[in-house]
Parts: sequence; structure tokens; C-alpha cells
Amino acid sequence: MAEQNNKDQPVFEARSLVKHYGHVVALDGTDFELYPGEILAVIGDNGAGKSTLIKALSGALQPDSGEIFLNGQRIHFSSPSDARHQGIETVYQTLAVAPSMNIYENLFLGREVRRPGVVGSVFRLLDKKRMLQEATTHMQHLKFAIQSMTQPVSTLSGGQRQGVAVARSAAFAKNVVIMDEPTAALGVKESGMVIELIHNVRARGLPVIFISHNMPQVWELADRIHIQRLGKRIAVIKPNEYTMSDGVAIMTGAMDVR
Amino acid sequence: MATLTKKEFSLNSIVIPVRRLISIPSIGPFLALLVAGAFFYTQNERFIQPTNFSLILQQTSWIAALAIGQTLVILTGGIDLSNGLVMALGTVIMTKMAVVNGVDPVLAIVMGFVVIMAFGLLNGLLVTQLKLPPFIVTLGTLNIAFALTRLYSTATITGLPPIQRIFGERVDLLGTSFTYGSLFVFVLYAVMWFVLRETAFGRHVYAVGDDREAARLMGIPVNRVLVQVYVLAGFFYAIGGWLLIGRIGSGDPNAGQTANLDSITAVVIGGTSLFGGRGNMLGTLVGALIVGVFINGLQITGVDPLFQRLITGVLVILAVTFDQAVSKKAR
Repeated sequence: MAEQNNKDQPVFEARSLVKHYGHVVALDGTDFELYPGEILAVIGDNGAGKSTLIKALSGALQPDSGEIFLNGQRIHFSSPSDARHQGIETVYQTLAVAPSMNIYENLFLGREVRRPGVVGSVFRLLDKKRMLQEATTHMQHLKFAIQSMTQPVSTLSGGQRQGVAVARSAAFAKNVVIMDEPTAALGVKESGMVIELIHNVRARGLPVIFISHNMPQVWELADRIHIQRLGKRIAVIKPNEYTMSDGVAIMTGAMDVR
Repeated sequence: MATLTKKEFSLNSIVIPVRRLISIPSIGPFLALLVAGAFFYTQNERFIQPTNFSLILQQTSWIAALAIGQTLVILTGGIDLSNGLVMALGTVIMTKMAVVNGVDPVLAIVMGFVVIMAFGLLNGLLVTQLKLPPFIVTLGTLNIAFALTRLYSTATITGLPPIQRIFGERVDLLGTSFTYGSLFVFVLYAVMWFVLRETAFGRHVYAVGDDREAARLMGIPVNRVLVQVYVLAGFFYAIGGWLLIGRIGSGDPNAGQTANLDSITAVVIGGTSLFGGRGNMLGTLVGALIVGVFINGLQITGVDPLFQRLITGVLVILAVTFDQAVSKKAR
């Protein structure tokens, strides 16, 4: 899959997305590009259309008009599971894990590996051994240190729980991982752990869309920063060319890059 | 030095196995069952006799079948108050159709199953489509089922064809005679224990009760799972009804009036969390046996039956307190 992608060809692209909520214009012709292997941060003030953009890209809502392309192909999502089937995984800030279930069960939640043959397809019997094995290998690849894959998620810290969600998305994403404020519910140290993990996800070649209000985190992590303002993409900057306060100034309209 | 290491060693050798033992699910209820059994044995030696054991199983079997359905519902974070009276409606349909209306007895049983499972479907649809709390939905269907039962028959239906009483038939096992019904219940528990542990459906039932939003975000069809659970629960209530008419040999419109609370008691004593997502079938089986042992034990020792209710009440509160403490820690 990766070979097909020219470095100059976006993996994931949107053209002139528009979304109205009654009289409110949430997206007013937003463009968007994500290139192979990069971490693209999306920032913007409240009401800039940041979450609407992310929801459109993850299939949680359908734009009124505009086009979305994945690997150059025009696509249409009618639900988040549509996007998932296209290899686009989303991590939410709400720690979407089942606390009483163990780590490998959470990794395969809703996508359980079943045994081969009729027992798997008709009786939906689980292949626990294989799930445990695959989960263990995957966590090792991500350098995610965990005592035991069979401990309940409720025994983990908040950062580790979000780590499980990040690892899950990386395991199943073929094309893109979307991280919607993954550290918003976490403390400083816990956030650091998750950031580290996001680095490891990118190191495996997956492009990441990273939404955050935390500017130092954005400047530390992102290769490029998409700045959303009043329903439009107002600028795309590189964190080494602009300071954090420049970024905030562009975001609030105090500075114009064009 | 030598004594110190020895001391450490002996402490660990006690603490670790004990901790491991406690962490085995449903060990608590199982110990309670053993203690209760031992107590009743000291009061009356007849308690431990195989024939009495067989009697306990007979008395418990239909409640135990209802408790399977109740466990499924409670695992999803719901509760089913309607099960006893819906079952009663089903048993009256099964028996009256066969005895009074001359329907083929097996077909009559099928009709009872259909009605009971239709109530499950109704409960499931009201919970998922109208987003009503299961407590209220099943309180409503409880009253509907009660009224329909009375409208259909106020008389007890007797003279049942043999096939309808099949679960009351006896078979000799290890020198004691057991009813088919009490043995069949163990098969049901084994099957559902396996289904919950080893199938994708089972995992989804737990996930829906554990964190519904997480389950939805991960693409589990939450509403479909819930409807399946209520209908499947209805299937076990219908089996419970069939077991009951086998045991009492008639269709009784007054049956099952406290069965909802008895089945909830069995589930809760068995360690399944009322918050959903935690618990298992083995625990419920032990919980149902505890309820059965208390009823039988207090009868046999001639203690006022009110003590049975008193002790059951205490056990329920203990079980829920324990569960609350555990789930606070978990979240």
C-alpha cells in the first residue's frame, strides 16, 4: 500500500467541505491534506470547525458538500464503521475501553478473531490463543510495557488505558489514525506516555491526524500544522518555521500568513 | 537471619494462595453455599441425604432457569422484573391450549415459547428504540402479562398430556432418582457459561454492559445485542415455565409471582454486578442453589420460613455492598 504513494501525493484529502447546522456554518469550504508518514496537527479556536472537520473525516457526520479522497480514490463515509472498513481508525478523548475486560479483549473489541471453519462463522467461537498472541506481538512492536495482557483494563492508569486505545487503533488502521484530543483527559506524566506511543505509531509508517488544544504538545509532535479558522483552513505551517505564539496569532486572526 | 527468611516464606505461602483463592470468581458464593449446607447438616442429618439433595434441585430448577435469562439481562446493565409473570402467562398458554383447546401438546408448548419470547422482544425494543429504563419497561410488561394471564384463565389447568410433564419424569443416577428437569438445568448452565466465555456474542454482552459508549464506538451493534439478550432471556424463561409445569403437573395462573425477585437474588448473590459487565453463569448457578438450600434447609429444620427471607435479604445486601466496593475501585 505504502509503495503506491508518492511522497507528494496525499494519502487522505478533502476538497471544499461544507457543513451547516441550521444557520450556523461549521465548515465553509475547508480543504485538507494528509501526506504519507506524517503527523499532522489540527488546531483552531472553539467554533472554528475543527471537530466538525474531524467528524467528517472519521465518518461521524456527512458534509453537505465537498469531496473526500483516500489514496486518490473518491470515498464516502456514512458511518464511523465505514471509515474503519477503509482503514481509518479514531482514538477519542473519552478513553473508549471496557474497564472490566482485559487488555487483549479490548484490543479486539468488536473485531474478535474467530476460529476457522463453521465453529467460527456460525457459532462465533473465539480464537483466544491467536488474539492473545497477536496482541502481545503488537504491544511489543509499539514498545508498550505491560505486565500481563490478561489483566483487566480497570487495573491500569488513565494513560495506560488511553495507550491501549492508541495501540488498538494502530493495530487496525491500514491508512490513517485520527487522534481526537487523546490527552485531554490525562495528567502531564500520563500524556507524555501517550505522546511517546504516538511517536511509535508514526515510526511504523502510519500517518496520524492529531487534534489538540495543547500547543506545546502540538509543536513537539507535529510535522505540519493545519490551522482552522471560521470554517476554513486558513494556513498550514511547519512548527520549526513559526513559533507557538505565531500559531496562536494565526488561529485567532491577529496574524495573516498569506 | 534464617528465622527471618523462614518467617517471610511462611507468610507468603499463606497470603498468596489465599489471595489467589479470593480472586477466583464466585468463590465467595460457593463458600457461602458450603457453610449453609454444613449448618443445616448439623441441625438435621436428613439434609445431606441424596433424596433431599434431589428435592432441592427440583425446587430450584425452574428459578435457576429464569436466573439464566436474568443474568444475561443484568450483564448488559439492565434488569427484568417481568420474567416470573411472563413465564406464568406462557405456562397457562402451554397447558390450556393443549388441555382445553385441543391443540397438539408440543405445538401448545411452542406457542408458549413464542409468547414469552415475544415479550422479550417487546422489552428489548422498548429499551433500545424508545430508550426507556429497563426497570420501568419490565415493570410495565409485568403488569400486562399479569392481566393477560387472568383474562385467559383464572383456573389452574390440570390433566396435562405426558409430553408436557416430561421434565417431572425421573431417572436413576448414582442410586438416587432425579427429575429430568433438574439435570437439564445443569446442561443449560454449561452451555450458557461456554457461550458467554467463548463466543463473540458473549464478549459483546459483557462489552455492552461494561461501557456502552466504548462498545458503540468500536462498532459493536449495541441495540441488536440488547434485543438479542432480551429475546434469548425469554427463551430461558420459557424453559423455566416448562420445567415448572413438569414439577407441579399443572398450569397455574398464580405461579411465578415472586420469581422475578428470586431470580434477581440468585444473580446478585452469585456475584454478578447490577452495574453490568461483570459476573458469570457459574455464580448464578451457585446463587440459585443458595436460595434453594435456604428454603429447603429451613423447612427441614422446622425454622420459621420468615428467617429464610430475612437471611436472603441480608445476603443480597452483602453481595451488592461488595459489588459496589469493587466497581468503585474499577472506575
